[in-house]
Amino acid sequence: MQMLISTIIDGLNLGSVYALVALGYSMVYGIAKMLNFAHGDVIMVGIYSIFVCLNANVLPVPVTMLICVAVCALLGFVVEKLAYKPLRSSSSLSVLITAIGVSYLLQNVALLIFKSDRKFLQSFIELGSLKLGEIEIPLISFVIWGTTLIIMFALDVFIKKTSMGRAMLAVSEDKGAAQLMGVNVNRTISLTFIIGSALAGVAAILYAAKYQNVDPYTGSVFGIKAFAAAVFGGIGSIPGAMIGGFTLGLIEALTIGFLPDSLAAASDGVAYALLIIMLILKPSGLLGKKRVEKV
Amino acid sequence: MNYKNTYVRKIIGGVLCFVAIWAVVSLLIVTGILPRSVQSLTVKICYYIILALSLDLIVGYLGDLSLGHAAFYAVGAYSGCAFAVYTNLPLLPKFILALIIGGLCAALVGYLISSAIIKLRGDYLAIVTLAFGEFIRSFVKIIPGLGGTKGLIGIPSFESRFGSFTAAYIVVGLVVLCIFNFTHSRHGRMITAIRDNAIAAESVGINIKQTKILVFALSSFMAGMAGVLFGFYKTTLSPSDFTYNLSIEVLVMVVLGGMGSIRGSIIASVIIVALPEFLRGADNYRMLIYAIALIAMMMLNASPRFIALKRKVSESFSQLRARLKR
Amino acid sequence: MSMLKAENLGITFGGLHAVEGLNLEIEKNELYGLIGPNGAGKTTVFNMLTGVYKPTTGKFYLDGEDLTGRSSIEINRKGIARTFQNIRLFGEMTVADNVKVGLTNQVRYSMLDSMLRLPKYFDGEKAAAQRSDELLAVFDLYDDRDTLASNLPYGKQRKLEIARALATSPKLLLLDEPAAGMNPNETAELMKTIRFVREKFDMTILLIEHDMKLVMGICERVTVLNFGTELASGETSAALNDPQVIKAYLGED
Repeated sequence: MQMLISTIIDGLNLGSVYALVALGYSMVYGIAKMLNFAHGDVIMVGIYSIFVCLNANVLPVPVTMLICVAVCALLGFVVEKLAYKPLRSSSSLSVLITAIGVSYLLQNVALLIFKSDRKFLQSFIELGSLKLGEIEIPLISFVIWGTTLIIMFALDVFIKKTSMGRAMLAVSEDKGAAQLMGVNVNRTISLTFIIGSALAGVAAILYAAKYQNVDPYTGSVFGIKAFAAAVFGGIGSIPGAMIGGFTLGLIEALTIGFLPDSLAAASDGVAYALLIIMLILKPSGLLGKKRVEKV
Repeated sequence: MNYKNTYVRKIIGGVLCFVAIWAVVSLLIVTGILPRSVQSLTVKICYYIILALSLDLIVGYLGDLSLGHAAFYAVGAYSGCAFAVYTNLPLLPKFILALIIGGLCAALVGYLISSAIIKLRGDYLAIVTLAFGEFIRSFVKIIPGLGGTKGLIGIPSFESRFGSFTAAYIVVGLVVLCIFNFTHSRHGRMITAIRDNAIAAESVGINIKQTKILVFALSSFMAGMAGVLFGFYKTTLSPSDFTYNLSIEVLVMVVLGGMGSIRGSIIASVIIVALPEFLRGADNYRMLIYAIALIAMMMLNASPRFIALKRKVSESFSQLRARLKR
Repeated sequence: MSMLKAENLGITFGGLHAVEGLNLEIEKNELYGLIGPNGAGKTTVFNMLTGVYKPTTGKFYLDGEDLTGRSSIEINRKGIARTFQNIRLFGEMTVADNVKVGLTNQVRYSMLDSMLRLPKYFDGEKAAAQRSDELLAVFDLYDDRDTLASNLPYGKQRKLEIARALATSPKLLLLDEPAAGMNPNETAELMKTIRFVREKFDMTILLIEHDMKLVMGICERVTVLNFGTELASGETSAALNDPQVIKAYLGED
């Protein structure tokens, strides 16, 4: 029982971080219609920025966190401006390959600066744990869940209630028409990248606080899984990204926790198999919209 | 106009070219002029060419995006090489049978997965194929007899570099011939028509579903054979040989080779496999240069001035060709 | 027996009756027009007759055979071919290859024949080339056969689409606004071509058109649609002079 609950808590922690990253993927896909392969690597950069700040040992923790989010947001902004914007009218395949190029670029820059060995971070959010009889829940988990839920909610309100948010919706429906209606498409896409990358920054903080390690490939492995979560829930949908993220996190924790050792090696495969089955049953994901071509 | 004669003339030209390249490379290997590291590259180039050409069938000709080519490569490699490890035959028949078994198993898997996901298009297809690649990679870890995470070991290999190059090279030749013939035929027209306009293709009675599945199966068959070549070259297989990065690397070859171009895919494969070797001095910066080159290449392709230049060149080429015909 | 017969054909999209209770009877070798204001449901009728949409009510028969609810592919094989309002060519293929794609099911050989270049391949390719050359000659496209379809001028693209449809050896040809975007000279030429196709291939043709001159010039009979229902049908001039039709086109006083 205790084992089950702690596994579920682990799964929800992991799921929260997946959900935040999935949200970034989802937003960028919904609005810029591109698979931003480099999104996961933004997280990796964020974690390294925390690592550097912690090692410098002069900055207070909240400033470190702010720096992490700022670094990620700035990175997202710059990458979009330099690499993706010139390709706005190219085929989606060239944009995809450029994104892959950016991903390799970030990984290899990190590799040159920090070398390939895994770096361990000092713990920077010290919280106790909550005891409920036999069961012990680390307080950090509540922080993770709360942050994720608040961000989801805030984002939903932002998109539905503010004019910038509505501009995003308009661009995602029809770029050309939005432009004709006076929406600044370039600025809207930039903003989307900034928000998406800032979310990756928050995910980086949570990841760093919980798992306390990083190497140049942390982001890409994590990113692919979060990406699978976004698609599972229906790419372009905020609640979809959340459901996808939590589902994936839970499944991963449960398979690692409860499968016999001989099968646990394939735990990653379970998540991917679920994604495949979901898309076979529902080709646009759990909450995704269907598009029909007119004859 | 006689179809047969034109074709025969083309084939004779191709075969001469094929033999000439083989003779030169073999000579370089046998005499030891090529350094050892470059010698082993010759085999690597061979299986990458097959991977790129087979993926080009899906991405370039059919117009569907697949990020999971490593899956079929892995299925072919593991099934063919497991056969080679667990049977007792002389090397050559073993190699040939392994190729066929690897190809068939991969084709079967390609057939099954493509029938299941046939409804998906564009980015969703890309994602599902990527997931499938990663799924296969973790799935092989738990199949008994395939070595788990540690990998399958003890795969036989050719005695000499010359032998393994020649064997791989012959397979490449056959694959190139088959793909050329396939794409320049009724079937090639069918798949290009689906890429250009699926609704119109259906209106003239082309069964899109069936055709797509056929292309996936054929492409998987070839990727499977490439996997067997890889196994016989490396003599061990591990799940980490088949990550999605491999699929992406092959995709890059196809795209840089100009999608739907056999010659382009071959040239791009040779360059991308050989390039790191020439950057060996700058070991740490190798991947960095690769990444930057990739981005720069895509930007260049998108710049209006470069597009205009390309159009000019291709127009003058086709004019030249038309003049030569007359 | 009539070539095409539709009985009470109808389709609804989420409660909206796009087409309702349509009856059509087209005789062999007839040139029949389907006309009506924008949004009347004409293209929807074509989409039902070619299996793009499944009709929710009614049936239709080609040469006496019930084809209701069959797939596009089957319907094409049974003998209905079409063109599209917004031209749908295989842009990256040559003009000749576009027609050869239309011949896919007429000239067949197996994948093995093509990969190993067995004699059947050469026989098949020869037959396909001959047939496509013939068709291209009819439409005055022979000299353009090695051009990419997307590089053809607009009028020729329309013609190529008809040639491609004819390559599938249909019994019934559906033309969706063949004169759209053409100037009067091109339209006049198109009328000649359509008549010629009917004579040469002994073809039955159903066409959607906005150009009344073209409709009056070549259609023997027409059906007028408005808001998905049949307003009038019969001899072209009589149907077009029907007071209801005039009202639908010109509005009420």
